[in-house]
Amino acid sequence: MSESNWEPKIVAIVCNWCTYTGADLAGTSRMKYQPNVRIIKLPCTGRIDPVFILKAFERGADGVLVSGCHPGDCHYNAGNFHARRRWMLFRDLLDFVGIEPERLQFSWVSASEGRKWVDVINGVTDAVRARGPFTGYQAINKEFVAHE
Amino acid sequence: MKIGVYICYCGENIGRTVDCAAVAKACAELPGVVDSVDYKYMCSDPGQNIIKNAIREKGLQGVVVASCSPHMHEKTFRRACSDSGLNPFLCEIANLREHCSWVHEDVPAATRKAIDLVRMAVEKVKRNGELEPIRVPVTKRALVVGGGIAGIQAALDVANAGFEVVLVEKEPSIGGHMSQLSETFPTLDCSQCILTPRMVEVYQHPRIKLLSYSEVEKVEGFIGNFKVTIRRKARSVIEERCTGCGLCVQKCPTKKAPSEFEQGLAKRPAIYVPFPQAVPNKPVIDRNVCTHFRTGKCGICKKVCGRDAIDFEQQDQFVTEDIGAIIVATGYQLYSISKKPDDSAIKGYGEYGYGKYPDVIDGLQFERIASASGPSSGEIRRPSDQKEPKKVVFIQCVGSRDEAKGFTYCSKICCMYTAKHAMLYKHKVHDGEAYVFYMDIRAGGKMYEEFVRRAIEEDGVKYIRGRVSRIYPSGGKYIVKGEDTLAGEPIEIDADMVVLATAMIAQPNAQKLAQVLGVPYDGYGFYQEVHPKLRPVEVSTAGIFLAGACQSPKDIPEAVAMASAAASKALVLFGSDQLEREPTVAKVNEATCIGCFYCQKVCAYNAIEVKEIRDRKGNLVKTVASVNPGLCQGCGTCNATCPSKSIELLGYTDEQIFAEITALG
Amino acid sequence: MKIGYFPGCSLGGTAKEFDISLRAVMKALGVELVEIDDWSCCGASSAHASSHLLAVSLPARNLLLAGQQGLTEIVAPCAACYSRLVIAQHEVANDAGLKAKVERAIESPLPAGEIRILNVVQLFERIGPEKLQAAKRVDLAGLSIAAYYGCLLVRPHEITGFDDVEQPVIMDAILAATGARLVDWNFKTECCGGAHSISHKPIVTKLSKKILDDARQSGANVVAVACPMCHSNLDMRQVELRKEGGHQDLPVLYLTELLGLALGLGRKELGLDLHFVRLPEQAQTAPQENRA
Repeated sequence: MSESNWEPKIVAIVCNWCTYTGADLAGTSRMKYQPNVRIIKLPCTGRIDPVFILKAFERGADGVLVSGCHPGDCHYNAGNFHARRRWMLFRDLLDFVGIEPERLQFSWVSASEGRKWVDVINGVTDAVRARGPFTGYQAINKEFVAHE
Repeated sequence: MKIGVYICYCGENIGRTVDCAAVAKACAELPGVVDSVDYKYMCSDPGQNIIKNAIREKGLQGVVVASCSPHMHEKTFRRACSDSGLNPFLCEIANLREHCSWVHEDVPAATRKAIDLVRMAVEKVKRNGELEPIRVPVTKRALVVGGGIAGIQAALDVANAGFEVVLVEKEPSIGGHMSQLSETFPTLDCSQCILTPRMVEVYQHPRIKLLSYSEVEKVEGFIGNFKVTIRRKARSVIEERCTGCGLCVQKCPTKKAPSEFEQGLAKRPAIYVPFPQAVPNKPVIDRNVCTHFRTGKCGICKKVCGRDAIDFEQQDQFVTEDIGAIIVATGYQLYSISKKPDDSAIKGYGEYGYGKYPDVIDGLQFERIASASGPSSGEIRRPSDQKEPKKVVFIQCVGSRDEAKGFTYCSKICCMYTAKHAMLYKHKVHDGEAYVFYMDIRAGGKMYEEFVRRAIEEDGVKYIRGRVSRIYPSGGKYIVKGEDTLAGEPIEIDADMVVLATAMIAQPNAQKLAQVLGVPYDGYGFYQEVHPKLRPVEVSTAGIFLAGACQSPKDIPEAVAMASAAASKALVLFGSDQLEREPTVAKVNEATCIGCFYCQKVCAYNAIEVKEIRDRKGNLVKTVASVNPGLCQGCGTCNATCPSKSIELLGYTDEQIFAEITALG
Repeated sequence: MKIGYFPGCSLGGTAKEFDISLRAVMKALGVELVEIDDWSCCGASSAHASSHLLAVSLPARNLLLAGQQGLTEIVAPCAACYSRLVIAQHEVANDAGLKAKVERAIESPLPAGEIRILNVVQLFERIGPEKLQAAKRVDLAGLSIAAYYGCLLVRPHEITGFDDVEQPVIMDAILAATGARLVDWNFKTECCGGAHSISHKPIVTKLSKKILDDARQSGANVVAVACPMCHSNLDMRQVELRKEGGHQDLPVLYLTELLGLALGLGRKELGLDLHFVRLPEQAQTAPQENRA
């Protein structure tokens, strides 16, 4: 893809019970959003290992979205609380390393919030597009290779 | 590896926006894919046969179906696989409809996305393992939460089918709001006359365990295997000894507490039975107003009780019940027009006085006034001076259909019960005048429209289309200022009494209870069904069902029908001895587990146990974590927490997910 | 304490006694009123009815002047002026396009910070009933007051954020510090006819009569107001009501006049002689006079 028509690649790691179902609802209601996102379904945001997020960036994602049930409504009681704690730390770490905060975003989307899903995806896609392609990983790799 | 990819057009649904033929062609080139087919309707019989035949003829080791959401047809395709001898968990679904064709318009972009999604699914399925379903026993006992008409109906249905029911009711008596009604529409049946036989049936039923004055405290476990902790609140009366003679109630010197049953229109003593037909007919002491509990003095009830059934030391008790299915029938409350300063969602109606005018009452209060066993023995008398009101104004839609001050929804029953109230009033006060201010008339049930027409044509109730802007007292009457929109004029009525049809809203503790049960709820606090059209009594938590007004405003026939529906769902569950559970549970690699038990700390289901590994001589080698597959719900929090990556969630292992991410390209 | 002062057109003219009594009370309480230099009309109903831009620009100009004078808080005793000022500030804060147009119209950028705009009821709420209690010299126990809020003091609630729209109570709480009895009555916020006083007098006469009748029936012997329009319609139009016959005078006093009486200030000092309906001599005080 040439520079002029570069489109951001967004990876969304979501929970099955709330966000995935909310995204289904957006589909059933025929709401439209930008086609840049690829969804990975997990049973619960509690399953999300921060390494998944890094892997996504490593494999070419320009932005990552993590989304689950609202606090208090987790299908498995507390999975989203664990997830939230993990990513508060992880977010600070990535920020420190220089990954712009717009590239990694979090949201709570419930099964009845089709509209919200559409707004979140469009918002993340636009924000990442404004930032441009994510080259951070490749840049680090190149440096290491140059040293060897 | 031999993977088969099957792309569905879903008629036009996917085919219009995704070039399925192109997707099939692209996927045929993916490493490991030996069969790539597109077809109009994969879920149909011929469609499924394509997959089944391919499995058999090509010896497929994995199948990807690119179609609608897995929530729709994952089970269908997994069954097709298992029918052909392929483990059902070697089948993955790529969502090309809800997540692609229905939400995008650009065909090339949607087609590219579809190919990505299929590729991700292919890489994942290559790493899927064969999993066998876990079988757990089913406890064939039901829990019904709430003893109103819906709860009573559900309990009787399940009990009559031969299974035990535990019925928990938070008030001292069952019966709910229906027991407060005077007559029911459209037949004008006496409410208690049709309800109390059912209440007695529940009380006497050999298979119904009634826990009144009790609340659900904690729910653990899962479908077929719930463990419910119930708090039996202290009545201060020993139920087994009490005969219901009522002497204590008669002799209690504290007589001035407002009666909840009479909606504040009458008083009751500190020790009381809520109403004469209460079930169980045993009193309870309100410790907040009882002299003994406040000052240590009195104790008359204990002295006069011939059975020594009063126990001031009684404490709340906790009981645990093993339950297979839970039916939630916790009902509703009425919107209060008074202002609640701490609750910004309830703004109150200042133009109607914020609840400070004694003769501006709500629907349940009118029911008590009209009721033969009510504070005025069925004579219509207004609360302030007990005079018979000669002009009564009824106002519909107070709090309902009101985005500014109340709730947006329609409460469904108010048009009917207002017509009923106006008719009852006219039947009792022949020279009285009844006015109804309405926006619309919603009388959609059987015999409902005819009922409202009776009120207008036979009983002379005057219906005015318009809203009321103010009510204020003046010289013993209430000036009701409204608008008659059909005549195009303002109208002022000097009423003796005003009855407001206030909105039906969720119970005050609905949200808290929902979190205890694990039931989702909407913005209004009503409990959320899985699908409003096709699955109205189920919730997303398996094994829990809904009945009655806790789900949304409804009338008695609907509540009863829904209760029987919920009961039938429970009975379906009890129809088999064993339940098959999804095998996507966690598993520990005992070789690498270091026994830190972080996984145990984060498990919400106490599914992780300590296991000792011993050598042949019986010496302890190490302790490791071990997952109880019967309890594990498959959330995967342990997997993400484990520092040595020794516990993995089958079906969602790190390897599988990394493969999915890598396949993005 | 120092506070900016926007008198508005009526306080220099038909509502002179409001200005007189406000200044007298502020002096007695030790509050300095700093009149906004070169203030101009807020636009009131005329601008509001003809041009949105004008209706926002006129008050905005006054806020600009206040800001330039270093005033962070101003009081606008006329309820209409108060309403126009508060709404204008709210609108430019929430609409960047409108703000740009207004700045072009008044030929100056608007100040960044928000100016706290108070009506006269909020002013006394700010000063505090305790301070009023402490400064009280005369107990007004002989008065039964019906506090009339009119339409613009408490509405629209989303912008004023003050008291309750249907059953307001703050003016009552302030007046209670004088020792007077406040009656609970039904017409606290009912329309008096407003500006129809000029174009459709009979409407105002009819509506004002209803207000006064309810006040009297509820046991009041005086009505308290905090707005020149309210005062004008309820006081001046009693002349018409007398002509209709069967009318019983009910004196209408400004909040500041009542507070002034409680602080021991004289009737002439407060401008009470400018009313159409006089407050009877014996009505104001109970036997306990000059209780310091």
